[in-house]
Amino acid sequence: MKHLLSVQELSRAGTLRILDTALELNQVTDGGTKILPTLRGRTVVNLFYEDSTRTRISFERAAKRLSADVVTFSAKGSSVSKGESLKDTALTLNAMGADMIVVRHPSPGAAHRLAHAGWLESSVLNAGDGKHEHPTQALGDAFTLRAHLRPGAKDFAGLTIGIVGDVLHSRVARSNIFLLGILGAKVIVIGPPTLLPVGIENWPCEVSYSLDAYLPELDAIMMLRVQQERMNGTFFPSELEYSRTFGLNRKRARELPEHAIVMHPGPMNRGVEITAEVADSAQSVITEQVVNGLVVRMASMYLLIGGNVSVA
Amino acid sequence: MSESSPGASAGSSRTNNRMVADPEDISRMLRRLAHQVVENVKDVTNIVIIGIPTRGVPIAERLAKNIRDIEKISIPVGSLDVTLFRDDLQMRPSKALEQTRLPAGGIDGKTVILVDDVLFSGRTIRAALDAMNEYGRPAVVQLAVLVDRGHRELPIRPDYVGKNLPTSLNEKVSVQISEIDSVDQIVIQSTTEQL
Repeated sequence: MKHLLSVQELSRAGTLRILDTALELNQVTDGGTKILPTLRGRTVVNLFYEDSTRTRISFERAAKRLSADVVTFSAKGSSVSKGESLKDTALTLNAMGADMIVVRHPSPGAAHRLAHAGWLESSVLNAGDGKHEHPTQALGDAFTLRAHLRPGAKDFAGLTIGIVGDVLHSRVARSNIFLLGILGAKVIVIGPPTLLPVGIENWPCEVSYSLDAYLPELDAIMMLRVQQERMNGTFFPSELEYSRTFGLNRKRARELPEHAIVMHPGPMNRGVEITAEVADSAQSVITEQVVNGLVVRMASMYLLIGGNVSVA
Repeated sequence: MSESSPGASAGSSRTNNRMVADPEDISRMLRRLAHQVVENVKDVTNIVIIGIPTRGVPIAERLAKNIRDIEKISIPVGSLDVTLFRDDLQMRPSKALEQTRLPAGGIDGKTVILVDDVLFSGRTIRAALDAMNEYGRPAVVQLAVLVDRGHRELPIRPDYVGKNLPTSLNEKVSVQISEIDSVDQIVIQSTTEQL
């Protein structure tokens, strides 16, 4: 594996390889707090065309925990704002000798283009491309689900996971739906029809417009952020109505099975898709997801550039 | 293992297997190593045995059992994966990580006995010494190996050796342990190029 661009390129064995590596890394670094010498002398470039403090910091920390040199390149205030194309930026980074480029871009397919256009020798890791994919977030979520619901298991058979809300604008939802499908979980996507993408009936999931009916059968519920910044039309009448119909509040959380966990990829709109009370409850694993995102990013970096792919 | 099989890529090479130790030999070696450890280490209650995966781990457990049989005390055993600390990572594809599980009492101030199956270049042991730094500061670190096959690339020497096997570089020493390979034996595989 040279690049990590989409979960749809992963097999079940490949997914488990990343999750198992992350599990060991979590163990040897005490949840990512210790520094390992593994990537000493290698350069990881974070190429961020979109603002994302959380993801950028997580990737920076993951690379630094493995002793890589980290260069962060934000589109704002760089040559990109002077009109440099993706290609020229890539050629520049390649000339500087980047071993890995972690790219976040508003256009779907940007990471794929970067990896396969022949501009680079580096590995490319997709850190979110438009509404398309965000594979390390889904891998982190799979790690969290596995730790809580199926420790050490080789698949997620028998698990039912609800993904609720703005699936249309969410690359996290898309990556999660496909990755959970690869692992054999049953996925139920719940949201207003206006926030579900066209063609979702062909995805490995069931679709529902009503949340309440499914609550008792969910082993985990993932609440998605209402992405106001990507909405240039009216998708629902009001925030209040959205949160009444699809928001996770105390009453709904009580309908979940006792073992069920509450997840959110962050950042949260408290009071819209999830109430503060539920977000801070014992069922919530939201801060754990942040730590697990870090260890799967370390695992992905180690597997992509820790060895030498040209020596087979 | 059959006595010979042609290599997959080069039809012109032959592999010969020569068994140099059987289950009896291996269990005698481990009993002797246990006696040497007990004789050499002043305070046996302070010993922690750490195996290097994969085969170092079951060997470490057997060594600990032998010491228990002699001294009637329990010896903590752990495992330490050194992959992330190797200096030759860039010379092969990245491999999956093995388990690192240190005993609950930790390694600070202990007499740590590192255990591996074969001592060759010494790079694994160097990586293990680095890895151990991350987890604590043992009072003493010693090295026990089942086979020392020579060809050291670093100034590292074992304290306890099951068997010295002078080998050539085109030979491969394979230690098989029943917990993993369902048989106890040590085999030298030699590949000879046929003209």
